[in-house]
Amino acid sequence: MPGSNPSRPLLLLGLIGVMAGIASVSLGSSAVGLLDTLKVLIGGGTELQRTLVLELRLPRTLSAYAVGGLLAVAGALMQVLLRNPLADPYVLGLSGGAAVGALLAMLAGLAGVLVSGSAFAGAMFATLLVFGLAHGRGSWTSSRLLLTGVVVAAGWGALITLMLAMAPARQLPGMLYWLMGDLSHAGNPWPALILLFVVCLLVFPLGRTLNVLARGPLQAAALGVSVRPLEWLIYLLASLLTATAVTLAGSIGFVGLVVPHMLRLVLGNDQRLILPACALAGGALLVLADMLARVIIAPEQLPVGVITALLGVPTFLYLLYRSR
Amino acid sequence: MSVLTADNLIIDVPGREAGSPLNLEIRPGQVWGVLGPNGAGKSTLIHTLAGLRAPRTGQLQVDGNSLAAMKRRDVARQLGLVFQEHHDGFPATVLETALVGRHPWLSPWQMERAEDLAFAEQALEALDVGHLRDRSVDTLSGGERQRVAIATLMTQNPAIWLLDEPSNHLDLHHQVAVMQLLAEQAAGGKAVFMCLHDLNLAARWCDQLLLLYPGGEACWGPADTMLEVSVLERLYGHRLVTVEADGAPVFVPAR
Repeated sequence: MPGSNPSRPLLLLGLIGVMAGIASVSLGSSAVGLLDTLKVLIGGGTELQRTLVLELRLPRTLSAYAVGGLLAVAGALMQVLLRNPLADPYVLGLSGGAAVGALLAMLAGLAGVLVSGSAFAGAMFATLLVFGLAHGRGSWTSSRLLLTGVVVAAGWGALITLMLAMAPARQLPGMLYWLMGDLSHAGNPWPALILLFVVCLLVFPLGRTLNVLARGPLQAAALGVSVRPLEWLIYLLASLLTATAVTLAGSIGFVGLVVPHMLRLVLGNDQRLILPACALAGGALLVLADMLARVIIAPEQLPVGVITALLGVPTFLYLLYRSR
Repeated sequence: MSVLTADNLIIDVPGREAGSPLNLEIRPGQVWGVLGPNGAGKSTLIHTLAGLRAPRTGQLQVDGNSLAAMKRRDVARQLGLVFQEHHDGFPATVLETALVGRHPWLSPWQMERAEDLAFAEQALEALDVGHLRDRSVDTLSGGERQRVAIATLMTQNPAIWLLDEPSNHLDLHHQVAVMQLLAEQAAGGKAVFMCLHDLNLAARWCDQLLLLYPGGEACWGPADTMLEVSVLERLYGHRLVTVEADGAPVFVPAR
């Protein structure tokens, strides 16, 4: 909003992200000292340190950053779209579709890129399914979209349970890790990071329109917004972001719900500020959560979704408790 | 300065057979009042005139351009409305809420300029809610929220003002203040078109009246020709008593 300087909170959040990133590449089952980490990052360090930091931890940290940012932005978009502060990127059954895709691939004995590809296909299928069904015959409303998504999500949930029940025991841990979110198979982080960057650029010209949409579809139409195309655009954009995140890291909960809420409490609800702030804060949060997941019971790893949920559940309950 | 015309307009009220087609010309300087019982279609008419709802039949034009063919953004520069209900999905301050009115005037890449802020602040002062500028809208009383909604329309500054029961929730003083403001805006070249439930506000402040009956019939014309006791009694299905006060007739519902 006018009067306040939006660049200051964004700079601060960016700085937190960088610090979290440095901590994340230096800590792990065998720690590299802070100075050594900085040396490696500017091109020095020993062979072992270079491998550890640049080849193992840096791609994973960048993936965590991208996934966290994508999920938080997708959550903020879904909340504006559904005008429901409790919406998250998964509320419309997207993670369910992705999970069914991923688990089917695992059951078929596939691994790696094929599981990710199948998850992405599942997520996009779920998006189009809800898109088509919510269109329906009657008039389209955001509550109709929400209901359709929630019911479809329940269907996915049943399929997931069925597959877990039928899966051979040796495949179960991998499946459960995928469902809880896991960055250890994240792969190349750059497509997701580039997508995150492009979306943040898109969001500025779109931001004020989203502010108007947050005041309700009728008010937005009266103020010159073409509501229907805008709503579909947000829906498809948020779905694409979520699908990309889920494909990289499985379904990680609570980032998309809690990050936008915490930022709104501090920064207000101007989407031009909140959406880039979500990208930065979501990224930093997931980098920290992934670091904890690697460190707490090192050399074993926890699914990062467990950490975000353990942080997210109390925060969310607190927010819910203090809201009217 | 813009003229909103409706040719053979029949609004789409679900379950209603037909109704008399409306031929209206809403011109700068006019203050229109729409009167009618609950369910007569007053809000539907306002939404239809704003292009938010397709009419069953008929044409709407702003300065000769078909409303349905215009871009929403161009419509919003010519025509704005205050809704009967205000939904605040997310909390926002009073100033932010009013400032949203500048949306149709700004390009996607533009931030609100100092002059936009001045517009909003002036509107909030005019509606006597300037002192609430940093309050969250969800903490306001019904009347304060209503005045913020009217201030948002004033910030939008369209040529044609459509208002769905602008006197809703307002106390006696603010009812008169809002009517005064609307009359001033009309005198300054705006066209004002509003639904009202208060006959006496309409009688006192409107120069054109449109009476909407539950079956869909309608009649309209200059206010002094429309304010016949027998006509109004038929409109509301209730007997009225007329008394003289302040040099004008006042309608009081009979017991």
